Parts: sequence; structure tokens; C-alpha cells
Amino acid sequence: MSAYWPSLFGGMLLGLSAVALLLLDGRIAGISGIVGRLLGGGQVPLNAAFVIGLISGPPLYMLAFGSFPSVTIAASWPLVLVAGLAVGIGTRMGSGCTSGHGILGLARFSKRSFAATATFLLAGGAMATLMEFMR
Amino acid sequence: MKRLAPLRIVVALLAGALFGFGLSLSGMLDPARVLGFLNLASGHWDPSLAFVLGGAVLVAVPGVMLQRRLRRPLLDDSFHLPEKTEIDGRLVAGSALFGAGWGLAGFCPGPAVSALSMGLVPVLLFVAAMAAGMMLHDRVIARTLPR
Repeated sequence: MSAYWPSLFGGMLLGLSAVALLLLDGRIAGISGIVGRLLGGGQVPLNAAFVIGLISGPPLYMLAFGSFPSVTIAASWPLVLVAGLAVGIGTRMGSGCTSGHGILGLARFSKRSFAATATFLLAGGAMATLMEFMR
Repeated sequence: MKRLAPLRIVVALLAGALFGFGLSLSGMLDPARVLGFLNLASGHWDPSLAFVLGGAVLVAVPGVMLQRRLRRPLLDDSFHLPEKTEIDGRLVAGSALFGAGWGLAGFCPGPAVSALSMGLVPVLLFVAAMAAGMMLHDRVIARTLPR
């Protein structure tokens, strides 16, 4: 269990960030929405500020713990490109990702977000498991 | 609430930083950890992602309950929340496509954008492709797809 404390605590910080944005600014902390609107030129100062904050996460982690968090990417470059394209199209078509649907959508008991979260967890599980057998 | 605009930008910056730090701490910046959860055939399943999502929802639920008692957020005139309630084809097809891409490389939008500061080439490639996909959807696909 002790190995999962950082995950639980880190997750609670995600919830805290989402609640802060909701109560102060009245908006959903959904990353695909924020990035998508930024790319479309919508509310640039607000969305850019959030993205700059998000990008400063690993350096802040380094200040606190002395090293960057671990990031291990096993997928080949072509696979990474295909994955990025699918995630980009899919999150915009599905109106959200792991943050907007997965965190706030579930907390708001949104029927749409329950459907979306179940769908991307199932599809992600199926694809990751399939990839294990294709190695 | 124009006069509050600078404060709103500071709030967005701090909320983003908290989100990025939380992701780093949670281990979810690492595609290997995410795939350790999604891949059910690895022989050493990693439940971390469930703790992250659980912890986040645990904190978000009381926040939403408080939000529902407020008439407006502190720094704006009204809440800007999704109003759609219907589960339609776009929601399901989009989420399935997103999930497939997520399971392919282990990256979803938050961790990928956050990890940009670590200067890793695959992260750059992923975010560039993701941005292209988002623009492709918003500018072409969304306009040609039937409602």
C-alpha cells in the first residue's frame, strides 16, 4: 500500500487544482479542452496561463525532490505519432479526456462523463493489452 | 468582471502548476506506469492509476457540492459548465479513439503537455501530433461529420 501514497496524494492535488479553478474561475479543468481552445485562439491569456503552469510541474517537482519524475516511453516514433493524432482527434470529438471527464465529470455525476470514462478506459485497456501480445 | 482579469490569469497559472506538480508526484507522467495499469496481460499489474483517479474524485466531489450552492464563482459572473446530457455517437466514438491512442503510447493530454519541460523528443512528437489532431478535428472533421 505504501507504494501508492504518492499516487493517491498526487491525485488529490489534481482534484484540488480542479476545485480551485471551478470555484474561483467557474470553469472545468479539462486539459484537452484548455489546449484545444488555446489552439483555436480562444481565451488565450487564461488558457495559456494554465498550460504554462502545467508545463512547470516537472521543474517544480525537481525543486522539491531533486530530480525530474520518471518518464519511460517504450513506443516507437511512428507509434507515438499515430497515438498523438488519435488522442488529439478523439479527445476533441469526445469533448474531453482523463481530466475533464475522468475527474470533474465523475465528480459532477455527469452521465456523459461516466459513458466517456468507461469507453476510454475499456478502449485503452484493450489496446494496451493487445500491444502486449504483438511484441 | 473585467477588473478581475489579472487575478483570473494568476489563478489559471497556479491551478495549472498544481495540476502539473500533482501529475509528477502521482507517477502518471510516466507512460510506463499508465500502461502498467491499462495492460492486463503484463503479469505485474500496477493499480496506481486507480489511486490517482480515486484521490482526485475524492477531493473533487465536495468541491462540486460546494459549487452547486454558489450562484457564481468568486472571480466571474457565472459558471461555464457543460450543459449537454445526451450520450451521442461523437462522445462514444471520440472516447474510443482517445482510449485507443492512450493505450498505444501511454500518454493522455495532461501528462504529455506537462512533460514538455523535460525536453524528451518523443514527448515533443506526441504533443505535436496531438495538436495537429485537435486542429484537424475542430477545423475539418467536426464540420463535415453529420450531427
